[in-house]
Amino acid sequence: MSVVSQDSNVRPAGLFEFAERVRYRLPVVAAVVGLLAAWQFIVWFFSIPTYMAPSPIDVVGAFRSNGWMLFSNFWPTLYEALLGFIFGNAVAILLAVWFVHSRLAERAFYPIAVFINTIPIIAVAPILVLIFGNGLAPKIIIAALICFFPTLVNMVRGLKAVSPATLDLMRILSASNGEVFWKVRLQSSLPFLFAALKIASTTCVIGAIVAEWIGSNFGLGALIIEATYNFRAPLLYATVFTAALLAVTLFSLVSFAEARLIHWKTPDAH
Amino acid sequence: MIGQAAAVIPSGVSPDGMTSPDQAAVSVRNLDVRFGDGENAVTALSDVSVEIKAGSFVTMIGPSGCGKSTLLRAIADLVPASEGEIVVLGHTPADARRDRNFSFVFQEATLLPWRSAIDNVRLPLEVGGGGTVDDGEPARLLEVVGLAGRENALPSELSGGMRQRVAIARALVTKPKILLMDEPFGALDEITRDKLNEELLRIWQETGTTIVFVTHSIPEAAFLGQQVLVLASHPGRVKEFMAVDLPYPRRLTDRDTLAFVEISAHLRRLLEEC
Repeated sequence: MSVVSQDSNVRPAGLFEFAERVRYRLPVVAAVVGLLAAWQFIVWFFSIPTYMAPSPIDVVGAFRSNGWMLFSNFWPTLYEALLGFIFGNAVAILLAVWFVHSRLAERAFYPIAVFINTIPIIAVAPILVLIFGNGLAPKIIIAALICFFPTLVNMVRGLKAVSPATLDLMRILSASNGEVFWKVRLQSSLPFLFAALKIASTTCVIGAIVAEWIGSNFGLGALIIEATYNFRAPLLYATVFTAALLAVTLFSLVSFAEARLIHWKTPDAH
Repeated sequence: MIGQAAAVIPSGVSPDGMTSPDQAAVSVRNLDVRFGDGENAVTALSDVSVEIKAGSFVTMIGPSGCGKSTLLRAIADLVPASEGEIVVLGHTPADARRDRNFSFVFQEATLLPWRSAIDNVRLPLEVGGGGTVDDGEPARLLEVVGLAGRENALPSELSGGMRQRVAIARALVTKPKILLMDEPFGALDEITRDKLNEELLRIWQETGTTIVFVTHSIPEAAFLGQQVLVLASHPGRVKEFMAVDLPYPRRLTDRDTLAFVEISAHLRRLLEEC
């Protein structure tokens, strides 16, 4: 929280806060620096060949010499992951809304959703590549598929997580089903939804990359395959870090949206 | 002292909305409520008849399983009657609910945690064809329940007692003719409960609303009610409908008077027989 104040001692307070934050982050920064140093030392001390395990300095070098290649392969993966995230979650949310309003729909389709979820994504990928070819479509679908299930389950739970007393209250007020949905169920479901979206924000990147492994000549997944077959270990590591960066960025965006949207705490339930 | 229910009309009862003080706010005739069917059927209430006068304050007490909450919920159209009849201000409970003739206060405050205190009080105006605009009544009611200045607090920032005050303000915002309360202070500590008891009496005298109040506390039942409906269990039935001939306004200290102690003792004996 920033200090909102009109008087002149804002600056010292802000500085103090900044120092506090640095102090709080210090352990993790020190740990990362220490691990990188240990990695560099081990590679140097045991004279491990670069094609087997590159040192951090080699990886930084790969970022510099292959910057453009990483950048141009980053976009397709971002695109696939993001669209998959949006489509997968949108379908999951709409289905959840339907399930909550129709017991019949839930009984008919929920088991199918569970079944689809049990098929390993690696096994689904080739099927989709056969159907949709080498373009963006199968990657987006796989990214969507991997997001879909956790969101469906959590959203159904969230929409149902309304206390019986609150439903009684809405009945006393003669509220319509629509009013119960917009005024109560939707907000109750948000904490559950965001728990799922945080999972989806990282798994959609996995989905896109796995799809690119199966059949693609672009994207971070394709780059990982290419770098591996050509023993370009520094490039491989740089690609992996880029993919991780993408996932972390998406995760942070979802967390940010969550913090902005959910400003309440559920009071201790009796 | 104990006998026929005296029609003590509290001072300050507003005549508007009430056709006549003798009209029944709620009349229950030969009510049976059963849950489940076949062999698993449970009779919650059996042949319950009771007449609640408009503007009166009736408390209901009985051992657990006596169906006091069920009776209240049947009046509120939350539980269907299996047999018999309930008339709320001349209508069926469902019609009375649609006309916003009554409000309900639950044991839990049931506030929406993402809404501020005042937005929770506004909820009844926004749903169920309430369609009423906020004419300043929600803010005024928060003042009435002693929460002036806390309008924008979220429920998580309020104590249990304060949350229940918001719930009472929310129940009053529709200007109900009847206020149904199901152990509203049951989850609160005794000091808070006593304070809210006194304030509820003040609100009752100011608004002239009929109040039906379920409790499992003998002092609470005797302190609040003009009449106490004592229910017996298995199956739930009326044991006695007894008048409490103590004048209003009542103070907490009145509970130490001999008259009050005698009434409590009588209630205790009745409950032991149940």
